[in-house]
Amino acid sequence: MIWFTLLLVVLVLAALWASMTTTLLRSTLGLALASALLSVVMFSMGATLAAVMELSVCAGLISVVLVSVASLTRPRSIQEELASRRSRLRRIWPLPLVLIAAGVALSFVHAPVDIVLHLPKGDGDVRTVLWSLRQLDLFGQILILLAGALGVLVLFRKEAKDDD
Amino acid sequence: MSDLLLLVPFVAVVLLYLLPKRARTAGLWIAFGILALETAAAFIDRFATIDFGLLAPLGKLLGFHLATDGLSELVILCTGLVGMAALLVARRTLEDENEKFLFANLVLVAVVGINGIAMVRDLFSLYVFVEVTAVATFILIAAGRGDHVFEGAWKYIFLSVVASVLMLTSLGFFLLSTGGITLDAARTGLAANAPLAWIAMALFLCGLFVKGAMVPFHGWLADAYTAAPAPVSVFMAGIVTKASGIFALMRIAQSTLGGATPGREILLVVGAVTIVVGAFLSLTQTNFKRMLAYSSISQMGYIVLALGGDLRLGILAAGLHFFNHAISKSQLFANAAAIEKQLGTLDMDEMGGLGARMPVTAGTSAVASLSIAGLPPLAGFWSKLLIVLALWNAKEYAFAAVAILASLVTLAYFLSLQRRVFFGKPLEKWAGAREASVGLLVPAVALALITIALGVGFPFALKILMGGGA
Amino acid sequence: MTIEIPQSFWLYFTFFVLLLVDGLWCMLATRNLVRILIGLEILMKSVTFFLIAAGYLSGRMALAQALVITVIVIEVVVVVVVAGIILGFYRKHDSLDVGNTRRMKG
Repeated sequence: MIWFTLLLVVLVLAALWASMTTTLLRSTLGLALASALLSVVMFSMGATLAAVMELSVCAGLISVVLVSVASLTRPRSIQEELASRRSRLRRIWPLPLVLIAAGVALSFVHAPVDIVLHLPKGDGDVRTVLWSLRQLDLFGQILILLAGALGVLVLFRKEAKDDD
Repeated sequence: MSDLLLLVPFVAVVLLYLLPKRARTAGLWIAFGILALETAAAFIDRFATIDFGLLAPLGKLLGFHLATDGLSELVILCTGLVGMAALLVARRTLEDENEKFLFANLVLVAVVGINGIAMVRDLFSLYVFVEVTAVATFILIAAGRGDHVFEGAWKYIFLSVVASVLMLTSLGFFLLSTGGITLDAARTGLAANAPLAWIAMALFLCGLFVKGAMVPFHGWLADAYTAAPAPVSVFMAGIVTKASGIFALMRIAQSTLGGATPGREILLVVGAVTIVVGAFLSLTQTNFKRMLAYSSISQMGYIVLALGGDLRLGILAAGLHFFNHAISKSQLFANAAAIEKQLGTLDMDEMGGLGARMPVTAGTSAVASLSIAGLPPLAGFWSKLLIVLALWNAKEYAFAAVAILASLVTLAYFLSLQRRVFFGKPLEKWAGAREASVGLLVPAVALALITIALGVGFPFALKILMGGGA
Repeated sequence: MTIEIPQSFWLYFTFFVLLLVDGLWCMLATRNLVRILIGLEILMKSVTFFLIAAGYLSGRMALAQALVITVIVIEVVVVVVVAGIILGFYRKHDSLDVGNTRRMKG
């Protein structure tokens, strides 16, 4: 139990680093780290398939997208960069204190919660659930991927045209 | 059959890409044909149960858990009509053939999403289809050429993700409190008065309020509508926002809340505040599309308010207002497209006296405005009457009074719009202005005729609706 | 090493809230579009975690996993589309400053 809680603490720290660090590249790295840690958390809770997805898609693919966006958009002039960094620091520094306070406050709450429990553990295999009960969601996935493909076509072609 | 409503447009999008490049001009018409079929499908009584011979085994194989009822048919009808109008507007306002082709594709994707929203019986699938519709719409906005397309799309995305977070958190609570995420499971949880289930419901409602641009989550809508290209704003105002936010609320009010008091009170308060705030914000606008956008917010408040009234009558009233507003508002945005195309501006301070130059646009926009403002005998009058009756039956007299008084404000801003744009002395500046081309007038005239016909023939329509157990 | 996993709702809820606050703050404290996107991603992480925890606590892990897989697919498509929009914004305004989106009146 102590290990699991520690894992969650590290996960929050990684997310905190992602939101506080100075450059976009480090921020992306922090997010990828948080994603990877989340997939470890999911794996140890028994969500193996979802953990694999989280690791490959979120920690992998999304980081690639974010890194390419960060590198395609160069930073502004150094003075401007420093000024915006300072104003951001002024707004972000209370965050760790807020998180610690919230964490301490919530750790004292132990009100009973009425959870409906499905026994015995589990309700079948995730593949069965996904393919035989949630086909509509699978269809939705295919559809949104199609929409995403159209989006890449529209948005990135438009870039190329504007460059001419 | 209901599976076909999802599969046909989807397959069409894939097939359209197999067409040779030269044949792509046909894309718009193919999409138009599919939407015409969709409109027809809504009129087949209980089309879900019709056995389509050879296609029946296909449905079994796919086994989507869909269900259709009167409400789904309503959305499907509106989607067909508004989609056709948007495609006609696109044909005349988008310049590039490629842009038209992509518009047709993205509209079809969004239509699949909306059809899904209309027919699902499960909160997570509802979320999935809302998200599909939203992604297609982000792209539609950002594909435009206007100056602010990215800003409009950005605000929409930003609040959409917040809505997603609210809805998914709510699903987590539903899993904990009821163990299931179907509408029926949620209903059981609420009926047992499990506190976690009510927290979950409140979060889900908040998510839908963001999607449906209820005050205080309305910030994105005016920017998104104003920034979007003309045909996209027709489509968005007509059906996208309504299906993904308001219709989902109607579905939940009908099959999950079931008239329970806490849920009803949330809907009443949010609806009333939205009506009033939207109407007053609308009064202060100078941009034609922006005024229509705030008017949309206010009118969608009416639909939500109706859901807080007497359950049976409330759903009927909400459904009717949904239809009327979908038709009239998409028509007004089509009018806006005509004006923008002819004058190159949407600033109402620069307009005046256009009635003489653009008589058809002026006439049709007057019909739609007066219908939304609730003047008899136009269609909007009947739906507002039913809304007030639904509130009266539920003994919500104060809210009924808000509904009546706010329609005076509605009348005020629409009269101000008509006066500033169409009446008055014709300005020198627009001496050369002409009526828009026939292609742009057809959707406006057709939609205006629907408004008049439904208004005049309303008693018959109501008989059919009540008899059919809508 | 096997990790012992606690059955307490409040432990999961606490970390869910911490991630949520972190993401929200990250979004609101910055004017850079990419950073706001990173904040949105942190929010999605928190929700993913909460869904899995809910599935674990209620014994419906298979269902929760099925949901999370779909959520991840949707998430990646949204991120790609948002990335395209950020790039378009950058090409147009030569800046990533969200202040430019406030120029629209209303």
